[in-house]
Amino acid sequence: MRGSIHLTMALACATALSLTATACGSTPADAGAGDRVVRASWGDPQHPLEPANTNEVQGGKVLDMIFRGLKRYDPKTGKAKNAMAESITTDDQQNFTITLKKGWKFSDGTPVTAASYVDAWNYGANAKNAQVSSYFFQFIDGYDAVHPADEDAEPTADTLSGLAVKDEHTFTVRLSEPFSLWPETLGYAAYSPLPQSFFDDHDAWLDKPVGNGPYRIDSYRPSQSMKLVKNKHFAGADKPKNDGVELRVYTDNNTAYTDLQAGNIDLVDDIPASQLANAENDLGDRFINQPAGIIQTVSFPLYDEDWQGADAAKLRKGLSMAINRKEITSKLYHDTRTPATDFTSPVLGKDGGYKKGLCGEACTYDPDRARELIEEAGGLPGGKITITSNVDTGSHRQWMDAVCNSINNALDKSKACTVNPVATFADFRNRVSGHKMTGMFRTGWQMDYPLIQNFLQPLYYTDGSSNDSGYSSSRFDDLVNRANAASDEGEAIGLFQDAERQLAKDLPAIPLWYQNGTGGFSDRLSDVRLNAFSVPVFTDIKVD
Amino acid sequence: MGRYIVRRLLQMIPVFIGATLIIFLMVYALGDPVTALFGDRSPDPATARALRAEFNLDKPLWHQYLLYMGKIFTGDFGTAFNGQPVTDLMRHAFPISLRLAVVALVLEMLIGIALGVVTGLRRGRAVDTTVLVLTLVVIAIPTFVLGTTAQYFLGVKLGWIDPAVGPDAPFNQLLVPGLILCLVSLAYVTRLTRTSVVENARSDYIRTAVAKGLPRSRITVRHLLRNSLIPVVTYLGADIGTLMAGAIVTERIFNIQGVGYQLFQGILRQNSPTVVGFVVVLVLIFLIANLLVDLLYAVLDPRIRYA
Repeated sequence: MRGSIHLTMALACATALSLTATACGSTPADAGAGDRVVRASWGDPQHPLEPANTNEVQGGKVLDMIFRGLKRYDPKTGKAKNAMAESITTDDQQNFTITLKKGWKFSDGTPVTAASYVDAWNYGANAKNAQVSSYFFQFIDGYDAVHPADEDAEPTADTLSGLAVKDEHTFTVRLSEPFSLWPETLGYAAYSPLPQSFFDDHDAWLDKPVGNGPYRIDSYRPSQSMKLVKNKHFAGADKPKNDGVELRVYTDNNTAYTDLQAGNIDLVDDIPASQLANAENDLGDRFINQPAGIIQTVSFPLYDEDWQGADAAKLRKGLSMAINRKEITSKLYHDTRTPATDFTSPVLGKDGGYKKGLCGEACTYDPDRARELIEEAGGLPGGKITITSNVDTGSHRQWMDAVCNSINNALDKSKACTVNPVATFADFRNRVSGHKMTGMFRTGWQMDYPLIQNFLQPLYYTDGSSNDSGYSSSRFDDLVNRANAASDEGEAIGLFQDAERQLAKDLPAIPLWYQNGTGGFSDRLSDVRLNAFSVPVFTDIKVD
Repeated sequence: MGRYIVRRLLQMIPVFIGATLIIFLMVYALGDPVTALFGDRSPDPATARALRAEFNLDKPLWHQYLLYMGKIFTGDFGTAFNGQPVTDLMRHAFPISLRLAVVALVLEMLIGIALGVVTGLRRGRAVDTTVLVLTLVVIAIPTFVLGTTAQYFLGVKLGWIDPAVGPDAPFNQLLVPGLILCLVSLAYVTRLTRTSVVENARSDYIRTAVAKGLPRSRITVRHLLRNSLIPVVTYLGADIGTLMAGAIVTERIFNIQGVGYQLFQGILRQNSPTVVGFVVVLVLIFLIANLLVDLLYAVLDPRIRYA
């Protein structure tokens, strides 16, 4: 291919350039390039950088560097391991006693105590503070009082009644109902402790957040750049192997990729779709493509009459079997997606509940059988079907076209399936959460924590927080309840998988593919990998 | 003259109010932005309500607009969803876009007018034909293609420039983006100047000047050019606004965090304070640029008088 030859040559130029990187850069930022500083691409975070107010990867990237919570997910296995927690004990899966390790300090030198956690969690849960990740605290007793479910209700309490400080390094948590895997959720950034300065002068804290993580923020220019240096007070095990990180906001990830080729930046953690075809050639083994905790699905509006009943279930199965996942993931995504065969994600690992092939026949491509099923079910409602999604980001338009083609080919009708593009994400989400869908619609899920529970309960439990399809199955709910109350992790996961089998039968949503995290890095770096949340593990990166 | 300026300034008031109202209505029509803040997850009602209250989105439209306008007059343009005051965004973005626009404007003036005069004086010759074909090519190729190609060859292959502009966007880094941004306008300026020069070169006063025995350079600069520039100046004046607001594509390609980028972000996130704030300032710039152009007519052509 001509294009790839050009790009390979460009790579050689880029390599030659990076040797003289300091000479060709003229931004003051490059002054630090001689040090062992990682220069990484960044996007403008959507929300202010508060632990409980960050739900996307750009803000999450920073929080991962400046905070360490009770647990940390092992970057390789995704297992939750104690970070600041000395121990988390329970006798009844409902009352937990948490003991902190001693000697931890925030980067401003103040100690991290049990109160740092309790105050932070109370802040995050309180509806008055409008934190988008408040729901993380929903399992804690008293959440309803500080964060009423009803839109018009005012909070009746300021603090969670389930939290109590015992001494400087111990606090207890009472959940509203048993949840055996709850301690495993504690690695998420929303559970981070906060220093007193956060509460004393909130605005000043937001200008330059202070945490207890391996890095501390040296300078922050909102929507432009952030410089992070080692936090000398950091008491954790994963001390940075480099001198610091410089995050640069890029207006477009294509530009970031070009800058990587030119040697002006070291790490790009989202390769644009248009470059995926070249990335492997351009970067060789400096191209990262590894599973992330993201699954893409299409859901059905089960609140619509057309999609209720046994025939509709058969119809959904037929549609699912009509989609040639393998071809789409390899042709369109260059294997940065993997065809899905269950409702979770491979990052969970076998022990965590991922089960290859659990979805069974329903997720297997078989156009003939698909057509049979759809015909048996009485055909598509009204003879046609649409897929709806926002098309402002990602490559949604392309895969929706591909899925529709797949369905049309299976049915041998050219206009049976059509794409219904929505201009903005906000508009799309409004329609979805307003239950205004009539055909298939895109639903994606990025896990909050690597637990099978997180892939099932919020999405498919009756009135679950993200149950967009309006699915309700008493058998599914019952299995989830039993799994949450189980004292043994293996037993819990088995029950969750049984619940998942119910999904495979009812198909409120059809799994499409597991999304990988992608990235690329310059030859200055080594030991670069992404964690299960597709955030680079900055502490491990070595700079030559 | 003074009265004319005052009248023009007063005319800006209804335009200003109308523009803000229309933009406000348009962003409002896009729907509720709060849901999108929760990502692919359904918003929980209490948090959504608190966020709506924070950004005044829970009030009726007319009330929102009045609150917003009231704040504007105290210099408060509201906050973006990431908690940054819009004035901070503007303080950063406008100087950058202004620098970019100035670079583009200077380039298109120098190159465009020079090419226009040269081709106009050498009508029908090889130079004329070549430049005309080139301008046609430039107009036909989208900025996006020109930009990424230039970025790739100059930035990655040759290494002459940095492919991405740094957050401070100094003048030297803006040269190539400025050139890309102005290319299409440059082509128009060239053609406009050429036509105008061709027309005026045949006029009586030029013949008189030649007959008087004035030096060639003086004829071209003082007599020919001065009269030929009036349509070009009109075009350039209108172009200032376009260059500042229409740089979205160029700004994205070259990582320039200017007005175009902020507007794009604002629209994607449906943040009306950002969008309305930026557009309001753009409208003002547009109006003032137009006023300056009108005043410049009088300088170029003393026959034009304002009262």
